[in-house]
Amino acid sequence: MSVLWISILIILGVAAFLCLFRIFRGPTIADRMVGVDIMGILFVGITAITGILYNLSFLVDIAIALALISFVGTLALAKYLERRTLDD
Amino acid sequence: MTEVTVVDVIGYIVIFVGVVFDLLGAIGLVRFPDVYNRLQSATKSVTLGTFGIMIGILIVAGFTPLGIKALICGVFLLLTAPVSAHALSRGSLRFGARMWKGTVIDAYGKDKLGGPQIESEEDEAKENKEKEDEVA
Repeated sequence: MSVLWISILIILGVAAFLCLFRIFRGPTIADRMVGVDIMGILFVGITAITGILYNLSFLVDIAIALALISFVGTLALAKYLERRTLDD
Repeated sequence: MTEVTVVDVIGYIVIFVGVVFDLLGAIGLVRFPDVYNRLQSATKSVTLGTFGIMIGILIVAGFTPLGIKALICGVFLLLTAPVSAHALSRGSLRFGARMWKGTVIDAYGKDKLGGPQIESEEDEAKENKEKEDEVA
């Protein structure tokens, strides 16, 4: 069954590389932030899949923490994006 | 080699559907024309896909600590990802990211920002000229 888990991990890795393409290529800062946000959610899934592949339940704890950090970070970036035009 | 039960197979199918949603969302992130379309595609399908992965892990692992934690993580994602996407789209509209030129209406920009933030053909021509200058 580990073949199935590893192929799922490879598909999720391809999706994360597509997000990385958008981060490098994005014409504005907002595009790059969208890429970072989506990549954070994808990493939550990758971490949880790794946890069930090796039967390590603490990796799902790490996934919860990663989701929390991704949420707070995206909110801070969005606030920064909004504030910068109000000052100029 | 442990034996595979029917419940396991159902869990694998749910996880696979979630992974396909994730991949399609990432492809939409690359292919769509402007920030708002990208957010729309990526946030919705990636959130639902990751929630599907978590539900699949719950089905495969059963009500063990791993499965319960996966359920909590999925519900948390389902609550927080739309909030962050909304903040991001509002921030980028106020930052001045233009909408794609085929956009029909922008009511928020018309009310609050003094005119719809839709990319016109002049803007596009200017951007193309800047790109050509960079190349040259």
